[in-house]
Amino acid sequence: MADTSSNDAFVEFERVQKSYDGETLVVKDLNLKMPKGEFLTMLGPSGSGKTTCLMMLAGFETATHGEIKLDGRPINNIPPHKRGIGMVFQNYALFPHMTINENLSFPLEVRKIGKSDREAKVKRALDMVEMGDFGGRRPAQLSGGQQQRIALARALVFEPELVLMDEPLGALDKQLREKMQFEITDLAHRLGITVVYVTHDQTEALTMSDRVAVFDDGRIQQIAPPDELYESPQNSFVAQFIGENNTLEGTVKELSENLALVELDDGEVIDCMPVNVNKVGDRTKVSIRPERVEFQKDRLQEGAHLLKATVKEFIYMGDVFRTRLSVAGNDDFIIKSRNAPDQVRLKPGEQIEIGWLPQDCRALDA
Amino acid sequence: MKTKFIAALAASTALLAPMAMAEEMANDMTLVSWGGAYQKSQVNAYSAPYMEMHPDVKVVWDESSNEAVAKLRAMNEAGNVTWDLVDVVAADAIRLCDEGLAMEIDPDKDLAAAPDGTSAADDFGDLLVSDCFIPQIVYSTTFGYRTDLVGDTPPDDICDVFDLEAYPGKRALEKRPINNMEWALLCDGVAKDEVYDVLATPEGQEKALAKLGTIKDNVIWWSAGADTPQLLADGEVVMGSTYNGRLFSVIEEQKQPVAMLWDAQVFDLDGWIIPAGLPADRLARVKDFLMFATDTQRLADQAKYISYGPARASSAPLVGQHADLGIEMAPHMPTDPNNAKNTFLYNYEFWADYRDDIDAKFQAWLAK
Amino acid sequence: MSDLKSTGPQTADAPTPEDALHEAAAYAAREQVHAPGGPADGPVLAADGTPLKRSLNRALRRQKMRALALIAPLLIFVLLTFIAPIADMLFRSVENQIVSETLPETVVALADWDSEAGAPPAEPVFAALYVDLFFAEAQKLHTRLGTRLNYEKTGVSSLFRKTGRRVGRFDTDTYTDQITALDPGWAEPATWVAMMQNNGNRAALPLTARAWDRWTAYLASEGDDPAKEDIEDVLFTTLYLDLVATGGSGAADARIAQAAAAVGGFETVTLSEQFAAADKDWLDPEVWGTIKAFAPNYTAGYFLNSVDMQKTPHGIEARPENQQIYMMLFKRTIFMSIMITLSCILLGYPVAWILANLPTRTANLLMILVLLPFWTSLLVRTSAWKVMLQQQGVINDTLVWLGIVADDSRLVMINNQFGTIVAMTHILLPFMILPLYSVMQTIQPTYLRAAKSLGATNWTAFWRVYFPQSVPGIGAGSILVFILSIGYYITPEIVGGTTGTFISNRIAYHISSSLNWGLAAALGSILLAVVMLLYWVYDKIVGIDNVKLG
Repeated sequence: MADTSSNDAFVEFERVQKSYDGETLVVKDLNLKMPKGEFLTMLGPSGSGKTTCLMMLAGFETATHGEIKLDGRPINNIPPHKRGIGMVFQNYALFPHMTINENLSFPLEVRKIGKSDREAKVKRALDMVEMGDFGGRRPAQLSGGQQQRIALARALVFEPELVLMDEPLGALDKQLREKMQFEITDLAHRLGITVVYVTHDQTEALTMSDRVAVFDDGRIQQIAPPDELYESPQNSFVAQFIGENNTLEGTVKELSENLALVELDDGEVIDCMPVNVNKVGDRTKVSIRPERVEFQKDRLQEGAHLLKATVKEFIYMGDVFRTRLSVAGNDDFIIKSRNAPDQVRLKPGEQIEIGWLPQDCRALDA
Repeated sequence: MKTKFIAALAASTALLAPMAMAEEMANDMTLVSWGGAYQKSQVNAYSAPYMEMHPDVKVVWDESSNEAVAKLRAMNEAGNVTWDLVDVVAADAIRLCDEGLAMEIDPDKDLAAAPDGTSAADDFGDLLVSDCFIPQIVYSTTFGYRTDLVGDTPPDDICDVFDLEAYPGKRALEKRPINNMEWALLCDGVAKDEVYDVLATPEGQEKALAKLGTIKDNVIWWSAGADTPQLLADGEVVMGSTYNGRLFSVIEEQKQPVAMLWDAQVFDLDGWIIPAGLPADRLARVKDFLMFATDTQRLADQAKYISYGPARASSAPLVGQHADLGIEMAPHMPTDPNNAKNTFLYNYEFWADYRDDIDAKFQAWLAK
Repeated sequence: MSDLKSTGPQTADAPTPEDALHEAAAYAAREQVHAPGGPADGPVLAADGTPLKRSLNRALRRQKMRALALIAPLLIFVLLTFIAPIADMLFRSVENQIVSETLPETVVALADWDSEAGAPPAEPVFAALYVDLFFAEAQKLHTRLGTRLNYEKTGVSSLFRKTGRRVGRFDTDTYTDQITALDPGWAEPATWVAMMQNNGNRAALPLTARAWDRWTAYLASEGDDPAKEDIEDVLFTTLYLDLVATGGSGAADARIAQAAAAVGGFETVTLSEQFAAADKDWLDPEVWGTIKAFAPNYTAGYFLNSVDMQKTPHGIEARPENQQIYMMLFKRTIFMSIMITLSCILLGYPVAWILANLPTRTANLLMILVLLPFWTSLLVRTSAWKVMLQQQGVINDTLVWLGIVADDSRLVMINNQFGTIVAMTHILLPFMILPLYSVMQTIQPTYLRAAKSLGATNWTAFWRVYFPQSVPGIGAGSILVFILSIGYYITPEIVGGTTGTFISNRIAYHISSSLNWGLAAALGSILLAVVMLLYWVYDKIVGIDNVKLG
C-alpha cells in the first residue's frame, strides 16, 4: 500500500481548476498528491472531469487556475513533449503508417538515442509485452489486444517515470480486458513506475489500483484504496457508484458517535453507522451492501433491528443467488447469498424478515 | 430618300408575295451571329422589320458565330443542322463552302437587285468572294491609339506601330499571323502589291516574323475582339489592332481618349451563309428572309447602328446618321475616302492555302 | 476511391452484392454436404432434382442480372458520353479515307509511280485524276480533299479549288466530237445505258464501266435519270482511253468495234497539259508525292504532326525547326501543371488543416468560402485576375502607391506563365482542399498528442506523424488538380499570353479554327496517353489505393 502521508509527492495537483468556456468549471478545486510508484485510478462517470485532469497532467490542456507539480517541479508551462510522461490512449493512437518497430523507436529517435541502443530498447519493450515477433508488422495487421500491448510498450520504451492511461482497455472484450488488467498492474509494479489510470469501469478500478479517486461533478468525491472505498464509502455517490448498493431513505432520529437511529420513510427504525450525517433531523440515505443483508435469524446479532420484506424475484447466478425484495417502499432492494449446500432459495411472494450489523449500514448524505 | 425606301419596300413585298404563296415556308428561323452591338444592329435593321411584315415568323438568335465553322461541321456530321442562316467572316465562308457545309447561292436569283435595276451580282461586285457567301458589311482591322499617351505627334502611319522610339509602350496585336504578317512586310519595305508574293516564300515569312520580332517584347496578343478596346481603355497598351466598329464604340460611345489610325487598314467582309442540307420549307423561309435582309435599304440601315460599311455599292449613298448618337456615320466608315487613303486587301485565296503553314510558324515563333 | 485495403469490420457493415455471392456460395457448400446421394456418386442434386451447380448458377445469374440492371443507366450513359467520344477521337486521329474515296482511280494509278524519281507521273495517272476530279467536283468533294491535303502541303487547297473550276472545261470535248461524228447514236444516253448493261462491253471498257457506275450513282443521288442526262466529256474520254488500250476486243456492240477501229486516227488531248494549264503545280512531283503518301486509308500523319514530325513523299522526317511547337507545348503543359499542382498543395494544405481542426460549424461556414469560386463563372474569375494582375491593375497600383515599384517599371504579372499559374491555382484550389480536408478529418488529433507525449516537438509530430497520414489526400488532390490543369484551356487562353498557353489551346484552335480535327484528335490522344502514363507511374510509386478522397 502506498504511503499517502508522504510529503515529497511525485505528482501533485494544487487547487487546480479548469474551465473551457469561462462559465462553468469542469474541474473544481482539485487537490491530489501521489507518491512515486503508486497506481492511481481516476474513476467516474463521463463528464466528471477525470479525463480533463489527465490531459492537464499530460500537458494537452492548461489549467485555468492552480498548479500541477511533477516531482516537486511546477509543470504548467512545460510543453507536453518535454514532460517525459508516457501515455496510453483510449484508441491506442499507434501511427498507422509506421511498423511496430518504427512506432516504438519513434520516442527514442526524437530523443536522439543511437541506433543500436534504440534497437535493444525496442526489443526489450516488445519482449516485455510478449510481442517480440511482431516488430515488422503494421498496426492494422494486429488485433485489438495486440495493439493495446504495443501501445503500452511504446509508452514505456523511453522509460518514463510516470505513465498515464486513458481508458486503455475500453475497446477490448471482457476476457481480454481482465487479462490485460492483470498484465498492466504486474508490469507497473515490476518496473516501479507511477501510473495514473482513467476509467469509468469500477471493477477495473478496484482490481488494478493502489488508490482510486472517484470523480463526480468536477471534484474528487473520495480517494482511497479499493477496499476502503467499497466498504467505507464517504458519501452516497461513492456508495452508489462503487459496487452494488441498496439505498433506503429516512431521517436521523438519534445520533451518537457510533450509532445513528434512522427512521425510514415508512416509519420503521433501523440502526446505522453515522458517516455523513451531522445532526438529528437530517435527511439521510442509508447504504447497505447486498451481501451484508441477512434473512436467516440465526446469523443475526441479538437485538438487531429487523425489517419486513417481500420476495419479488429470485435469480440464480451460479456462484451466488440474487434476490430482489420489496423493503420499506423500495422495490429494488437486492440481497446476495452464497450458493452453499445449506443456502435457502427464496420464492417470489414469500414474506421474510431481514437485518444486518449496524456497522454494515451506513448513514450518508441525502 | 423616304420615297425611295417606300418604293424599295413595295418592290420587295410585291416580289415576295407570290413566292410566299407558291411555297410552304417554315415559321421558325434560327439566325447565328456574333452577339453584342453587331447582332443588335442586325436585329434592328433586318429581323425586326421582317417580323413586322411577317408577324407569324419567330426568329431565334444564336451567338455562336465565332465557333460557327466547327459547330456546323459537327451538326453536319450528326445529320442535324439546326441553324438556318449563319453570319461568318469571308474566310470562314470560303472554308465552309470548301467543306460542302454551306449552300451555293445564285446572287441574281436569290438576292434582290438594286433599286436602279443593277443586278445583285454587279451590285455586290468583287465582294462575292465565295459561291456560298452573301456579304453584308465591309469592316476593317485597323489600329486605335491612346491620344494621351502618344505625345504631340499622333501616329499616322502603320509603321509607327513598329516604332518603339517614337511611341514607347505596349501594343495589342491579334494572336494569329493574318494581317500582322502583311503589316510587318509593308513596314519592312515590301511594296503593297508584292506583299503576298513575298509572304508565299519561306524567306518572306522569316522576314515578316523578324520585323514583328522587333516589337515582340512590347506586344500583348489578343484573341477576342473585345480585348483591344479594353486594353486601350485601361491604358494597358498605347495602340492596338481590332475591328473598326469596336474602336468606334470606344471613341464615340464610351468617349475614351482613343483615336483611329486608319493607315493600311485591312478590309475584310462579313456576311451570311446558308447551311447545306436544309429541308425545303426552312430553306424557302431563309431565302425569303435573305432576299429582304440583304437588299440595298436594309444594308444601309445597318450602318445606323454600327460603323461598318454596307457591302452593296448601291447602299453607300443611303448611309445616314447613327440611330442614338445622331452623328453622321459616313466619316466613320472604313470605306470613307478620308479613311481609305491607304488600304490593304485581304487575300482570301492566299490565306486559304498558307494559313496552316504560316500559322504553325507563327505559333512556334510566338512560343519562343 | 475509398481505401479498399483497410481491414477490419467496418468494411463489412453493409450488405453488398458480393456478400450475397459469398452467402450463396457458402449455402451451396453446405447443401453439397447434405445433398441426397452425397458427393461420391455423380453431380450433387438440389431438392427438385436439378444439378445443384445449375440451380446455383441460375440463382447467381438472377442476382447478377439484377445488379447489371441497376448499373445499366450509368453504363449506357458512360458508353455514350465518354467511351464513344474517346473511341471516335482515337479513330479520327488515324482515319484518312478521304483520299482514296475521293480519288479512287488516281490512288490505284499512282501505285506504280516512283515519288523519288523527281518527275510528275505519266499520262494515265492524269487521266485517272481527270475522272476522279470530275466526279469530286460534281459532288463538291474536291475542296474538302484540298483542305485535307493542304494540312500536309501548302497550296494544295487552292490547287484543287482552281482545278475544280477548270475540270469541266477541259479540251476533252475533242473526243466527244470525234466519237459522235462516227455515229450520232453515241450522243444518246440510251445507247450508253444499253451498252453498259452488257458484261462483254464492260469487260472491254473497264475504265468507262467504272466511270459510268459513278456517273449513274451520282445522278441517282441527285434524283436524275441516266437515260435522260447528256453524256459528259469525261465518259467519252474514258471510252477513248479504253479503246486505245484494249482495242475493244470482246465487246458485244458493233458500235464499239467501229469506234475502236477509228481511234487510231483521232486527234488527241494530253491531259497532263490540261492540268498544267489549270495550275502548273500539277507538274510538281511534291504534290503527287503528298497524294501518294496520304493515299492509305489510315495514316500516322496526324500523330507525326503532333510530335513535330511529318510524313513526306520521302519518308518520315522532323519538321523544320521554325514549325516545331507541339513537343515544346506538351513539355510546357506538363511543367506548368506540375507548378500549379505544387502551388495548390502549398496554399491548400494549411487551409485544409485549419478547416479540419475547427469545430464543424465554423468549418462548414469556411467551407462555403472555399467553394465560393465554384459558384462564379470561370470567365468572370479569370477576368477578375486580369484586373488584378495587369500593369495598370490593382496589385501594380498598390505597389506603386506604396512606393515598392516605380511607376515606369510596373511588374508584368499577366499574359505570361506567372499569370496562368496564379489564375489556375485559384481556380483549381478547391479540388486540392476538398480531398485534403476529408482525409485530414479522419486523422484523429490523438495521433499528434501521442507523438508529443512520446517527446516529439510540434514540428516533428507534424512532419513524422500527421503529414504522412495526409499524403493520400495530397495524392488525390494532386491527381485531380494535375489532370484538370493539363486539359485546361480557357484560363491560359485569356491570361496566358504567348508563354503561358497550353497544348489544349492548340487543340481548341484545330477544332474550331483550322478544322484539322484529325490533328486535334491526335494531340488529344497523346494528352490522354500522357495522363494515363502518369497515373500508372503514380500507381507504381505511391500506389493508387493510397489515394483517398475521404
